[in-house]
Amino acid sequence: MFAYGEGGSKGDFPKVRVFPAVGEEGYCGWMAQEEARGQERDPAWIRGLTQPRLSRRQFMRGAAGAFATISLAQLIAACGLPGTRDTGYAADTDWNAWWRDQSGNGQMNFANWPLYIDSEKGKHPSLDMFRKETGIKVAYRPVIQDNAAFFSQISPVLQAQEAIGYDLIVISNGWQLTQLMANRWLIPLDHSRLPNFEKYAGKIATDLTYDPDLTYCAVWQAGATAIAYDANQVDEPIDSIDALFDPKYKGKIGMLSDPDELGTAGLLALGIDPQTSTYSDWKKAAALLTKQRDDGLVRQYYDNGYIKALQDGDLIVSQAYSGDIFQSQNSGYPNLKFVIPQEGAVLWRDNSVIPLHAANPVDAIEWINFYYRPDVQALIEDWVNYMCPVPAAKPIIANELDDPDVANSPLIFPSNEEIARLKEYPLTETLETHTQWVGLFDPIIQS
Amino acid sequence: MRSRLVPYMQSAPAMLWLIVFFVVPLISIASISLMTGNSIAGWDLTWNFSVFPDAIDQYSPQILRSFLYGGISTFIALVAMYPVAYWIAFHGGKRKSLFLFLLLLPFLVSFIIRILTWQFILADDGLVIGTLKSIGLVGENAHILSTPTAVITGLTYDALPWMALPIYVAIEKIDRDLVEAAGDLYASGYEQFRRVILPLSAPGIYAGILLVGITNVGDFLSAQILGGPNTTMIGNIIQTQYVQNADFPVASALSLILMLGLMLCVFIYAWVFGTRTIQEYA
Repeated sequence: MFAYGEGGSKGDFPKVRVFPAVGEEGYCGWMAQEEARGQERDPAWIRGLTQPRLSRRQFMRGAAGAFATISLAQLIAACGLPGTRDTGYAADTDWNAWWRDQSGNGQMNFANWPLYIDSEKGKHPSLDMFRKETGIKVAYRPVIQDNAAFFSQISPVLQAQEAIGYDLIVISNGWQLTQLMANRWLIPLDHSRLPNFEKYAGKIATDLTYDPDLTYCAVWQAGATAIAYDANQVDEPIDSIDALFDPKYKGKIGMLSDPDELGTAGLLALGIDPQTSTYSDWKKAAALLTKQRDDGLVRQYYDNGYIKALQDGDLIVSQAYSGDIFQSQNSGYPNLKFVIPQEGAVLWRDNSVIPLHAANPVDAIEWINFYYRPDVQALIEDWVNYMCPVPAAKPIIANELDDPDVANSPLIFPSNEEIARLKEYPLTETLETHTQWVGLFDPIIQS
Repeated sequence: MRSRLVPYMQSAPAMLWLIVFFVVPLISIASISLMTGNSIAGWDLTWNFSVFPDAIDQYSPQILRSFLYGGISTFIALVAMYPVAYWIAFHGGKRKSLFLFLLLLPFLVSFIIRILTWQFILADDGLVIGTLKSIGLVGENAHILSTPTAVITGLTYDALPWMALPIYVAIEKIDRDLVEAAGDLYASGYEQFRRVILPLSAPGIYAGILLVGITNVGDFLSAQILGGPNTTMIGNIIQTQYVQNADFPVASALSLILMLGLMLCVFIYAWVFGTRTIQEYA
């Protein structure tokens, strides 16, 4: 665990200790300071050894700094809390020049959601392949459980204009991503470094209403929020969103506790396209959903817990995410059916983005490019089973990986007509519209 | 002079602790609650006192519900655990520590896991409801999950050891000769319990109720995992306002309201029950 670096000829600079990283066996708090001292001795040499630790240390420092700022100086003396305004990059930043100056460091830190990459016996074959081909070592951390919770962890650090310690994060389109973009807390992608994206990205990854110029976002996976039902408990197949409002299923209906998902379901049930909806439409949807709750139809507003409730037979019909149901069907619950109702469903996308101040942006963008290569995509897609951003992966999954179930599933490789049936979320672009939206739908969920 | 300062100096670490971890956060919360603004422009202290009546107005159902659920679960835990503590203290014999260990054993598992296990136990086709359904005792649509019953069950369950331990300590301390003396003076078993044991165990009951009541009123996990629509507690609202909506003033105001409400309850309780008598018995 404790190695002693020899670095350079005798007498150039003293031997420097190389410490285990935060979280590794044998790490102690004082090592960070010790490392910092080491860095003064020979920055270039140390950087190569300590980069990930450095960025994590910056993370801690940023968090501590933000905390100190918020708790003492700002509160008691100045009597205010700082906002996020003017904490992003300058609007006139020349990103072409910036990217030209960057070079790879042979490593990157990647924060993703659990169970969102191919895994085999605790390893990730795609990451190993990436390392073999490019020499870049990826520290993969499945730490994101919830957009809002993750955002509330990283935003004080970004607000303090420090690196969050991750070079790539995966965020769903929604209010948190909107804020990241609006605050200019993300590094614009250099598309000249993404030839695979240009060549292979499908409609799902290129038609982004929330980032039309693809400035920041490279879609990781996508999915539909529609409805699932338990075929054992219904007499006839369900094909309309009205089932969520059907008194027949009173007390056995599950709705999602995310206000975006709940609100769009209300809009779709009223026959309103969420993307072009207005505040008065939202109020109608809120009234409909309030009635649904007050009539005792809704059993609960669920986070991911709806899957288990469906599996346990607690629910007959529920709002549901496509990938969850596909995975349930393949793990012993073939009675669970997923339908995109005739009224339509909403398409969400999880996006790979590079946060501002990231220490290894070149390695991160190289990974994004690698991810869009059809054979790599096939490897990951065959494990993850959400909606695939690379259509060219389909024949590879069908033939080389020999998994026709996945290749032929419309939930994974939807046709363009099917994609066209999927709607976009309402654009809650500004703080005002977002506040209006949650002001209408939060009280329904938390009554 | 010097000797006069000694007690203060001795209490300095504790004072420092209180200032850093209690006074400063409290002032922070109080000042944040009076700010207005948003996450982009920041928040300014505008002495916006209307946040308190507004928050109470908007969230009074959840606040009242929290006190109701907290009160019911505390009461059930008291009724359930007093006999247990009594039995261990008086009849536990040599195995007292074993029984106490058994009482605490489930609580070595994380809170979230235990609450999730209740979700499994109380599921519609789970151990309880499934069995009752199959023998026809309850209807096909009966369920406990997502109802107030489930939330209160979760709250009560988690309260059990925190109620039992202080009561056990209080009963254990009772001088057995006093009970014997009461018997010699022709007190019946019931009279012995009512006039000797119960008053002498009052400090334990008091401590148990405080420990459990305060924790349960502010709990949010039970409602989140076991609850349904219309079982939201104030803890859930505070969490949502902080984490999801970044509405720090409202969240801070609600935290303060909850704290003041709890303090009020404690004072009324102490006033009715009388702390002096408790101290005398102790």
